Amino acid sequence: MEAPAVGQLNGRRQEPRTRRKNPNRAQARMGYTFSAGYGILLILFGLLPTLYAIFLAFTHEGAFAGLDNFVRVFNDYRFWPAVQHVAVYLVIWLTFQTIFVVLLALIVHAFGARWLSVSTRFVYYIPGALAGASSVMLWLFILDPSVSPVSGILRALGLDSFVETVSIENLPVIFTIIAFWTGAGGWIVIMYGALNNISQEVMEAARVDGAGTVKTAWHIQLPLMRKWISYMGIMTLAAGTQLFVEPRILSQASKGVVPGDYSLNQLAYLYAFKQNDFNGSAAISLILLVVALGLAAFFVFRGGLFERE
Amino acid sequence: MATQQRRFTRFARTIAVAVSAAALIALSACSGGGSGGGDDSELGFTPAEQVKDSPITVWVDASREPAIQAFQAKYPDIDVNVETYDGNASGSGSFQTKISLFDQAGEGWPDVVFSTQNNDASWASKETNGQQAFAAPVNKGWFDQDFLDGFTPGSLDPLTVDGTVYGLRNDLAQSVFWYDQSLFDQFGYQVPTTWEEYEQLSDKLAAEHPGYILGSVGDSFLGMLVNYWGAQAPVFQLDGNTFSSDVTAPNSQKMTELLDHMVANGTLTKDSVFSSDFVQKYQGKALGMPGPVWFIGALFQNPDSLNVPAGQIGASTPLHWDGEDIGTGNVGGGTWFASSHTKNLDAVKTLMEFVTSADEYQVDLAGGYPAYASAAEKWTAKQATGGYFVGDFEKTIVDAASQVWSGWGYPDFSAETAYSKIVLPALASGKTIESVAPEWQQEMENEAQVQGYTIAK
Repeated sequence: MEAPAVGQLNGRRQEPRTRRKNPNRAQARMGYTFSAGYGILLILFGLLPTLYAIFLAFTHEGAFAGLDNFVRVFNDYRFWPAVQHVAVYLVIWLTFQTIFVVLLALIVHAFGARWLSVSTRFVYYIPGALAGASSVMLWLFILDPSVSPVSGILRALGLDSFVETVSIENLPVIFTIIAFWTGAGGWIVIMYGALNNISQEVMEAARVDGAGTVKTAWHIQLPLMRKWISYMGIMTLAAGTQLFVEPRILSQASKGVVPGDYSLNQLAYLYAFKQNDFNGSAAISLILLVVALGLAAFFVFRGGLFERE
Repeated sequence: MATQQRRFTRFARTIAVAVSAAALIALSACSGGGSGGGDDSELGFTPAEQVKDSPITVWVDASREPAIQAFQAKYPDIDVNVETYDGNASGSGSFQTKISLFDQAGEGWPDVVFSTQNNDASWASKETNGQQAFAAPVNKGWFDQDFLDGFTPGSLDPLTVDGTVYGLRNDLAQSVFWYDQSLFDQFGYQVPTTWEEYEQLSDKLAAEHPGYILGSVGDSFLGMLVNYWGAQAPVFQLDGNTFSSDVTAPNSQKMTELLDHMVANGTLTKDSVFSSDFVQKYQGKALGMPGPVWFIGALFQNPDSLNVPAGQIGASTPLHWDGEDIGTGNVGGGTWFASSHTKNLDAVKTLMEFVTSADEYQVDLAGGYPAYASAAEKWTAKQATGGYFVGDFEKTIVDAASQVWSGWGYPDFSAETAYSKIVLPALASGKTIESVAPEWQQEMENEAQVQGYTIAK
């Protein structure tokens, strides 16, 4: 229902001073102010580059080129292997991340002792404080059996040299471990918050009905965490499709054993800066955007992210 | 609700108009063209408007900083901004990336750039995105021909595109055969001079002294730039815009068989010479190895590497096939590029001449073999003092400098990437080079194709 204006309520001409104090308007203004910074940055570094990428992807030297740039990219011998690399990594990472983040959050939440819960969350969170590139640098040492503190494990797995460790078939697992190590802690804290949000009455009712820890987690906690898990899925997908820093640093460290065209983002980078083909690069970026949006939409609808309770 | 709806619609419309206007501005700004390249001057390019005594910006890697410090000590009146970057090493592509962005922006180029990649002239000599080629020609009237003639013959070949030279070589990296005289004496062996003798020696060494080695295949630069280049194998050639690779040619095939054979008998290690495993396993156990001249400081006189005592190591004639002329490989050697956009041609010329030829840097400070012949002679003589090397060290490396096989190509991409991507993982997993040779050739041809080269079949 539409709220009547203040002036209509008292039947008198509204004074400007009183209008300025209108709580709705003031709130709206404050809302716009708070979101303006984000909005401006979104326009400058999100929407405008996207529009420019669309312009570039469908043109060549300023003239409309239809789908030529996309056809060229699809026919590139590096494109489909890169798609496969990213897809395999995403499947492994997404599965691994979802299962273990939720599991660890449930375990931490189940801790009775407060100090144990707090310190565990802190320990999980710490690796996330390392920026992406520096965490990969750290992993370079861990992955090289000649200097690694866990060289025994690597050698037991049959990995006697750095070249063997970073072989292309091992990379999805390696990137998953790196990404989980640096990113899972933050998500565990978020999931922990989501678990705290579940009403005590509901949990109490489950207990009274005889549900144990596992049954409570499966039938109560997990369904109520569905939105948060979907949200994590979307963010994980967005980050995973943009795989770049990890293979790039490993490529340089391994002197090319990890190829410089491993991921789609790397390929887009090579198009732009190695081949001076910004149109092809934009075409790859658009493909990534469409795929990521499609997958995000799947998670939004399956996870009921926008449903209101 | 309706009022809120209208308010929201108004707001959304305002945002949409703002976005559209900003997009149009951005697109029109992005579509602006730069000034086209041309060579309407006596220098072979169109110079920017000159600003007398303006500062020049120089990009160097950490190893080349002493060169600029020496220059500043000698020429305090020239204002130099030094920016350290990765030297474009290990396939980072940072040099090209940054220049591409400056080309897009139409400003901001550095005046002089040092790069560790010899094939940078292939792209730096081309006009991109409507901007004049970044690298300025140096042999079209800017530098004196007498000065250019002072470089070791062939050393400017990688920087020469259609007869025009687009930069000055800092150092050379010709390969020779390094040998440990004390081990040869101890085992009673003869130093090999041909690839055939090298292979025969490997069988003898494997049988009589297992654990000792004759080199490594654990790096792409050793595999490709020492072995295949030194074997004069036509696996990486360029003729105009046509690229060719033939892993089945006789010299390619012979080198593949030799390497597979020596990996199998254990005299070629799969460890990179820069890995800590290599140092642990082979300190005192490297009988000899083909390698570039910079192995002196990187391996032999390096306390963190092989750390060979004085009076043991010697350099001998580059390995070559029996009955063929000597032709050797080349593993690096940096390059100085001058920007065609500089506003201070005089300062840039002074600096380029200094860093490539002046004794204060190339003889007194430089770690590699200078490309400038007179500096190279003095540098070599300096290395020979103190009795560290045995044999005729000076003659061998000076001769090898002009024996680099000229059949190798310098296209837009590196010879090392396909070897790293295909051959090194195969070797690590126990396969032979021969088993992946067709795949390796295909990878090189694919790389050439996406860079715009025609593939010769």
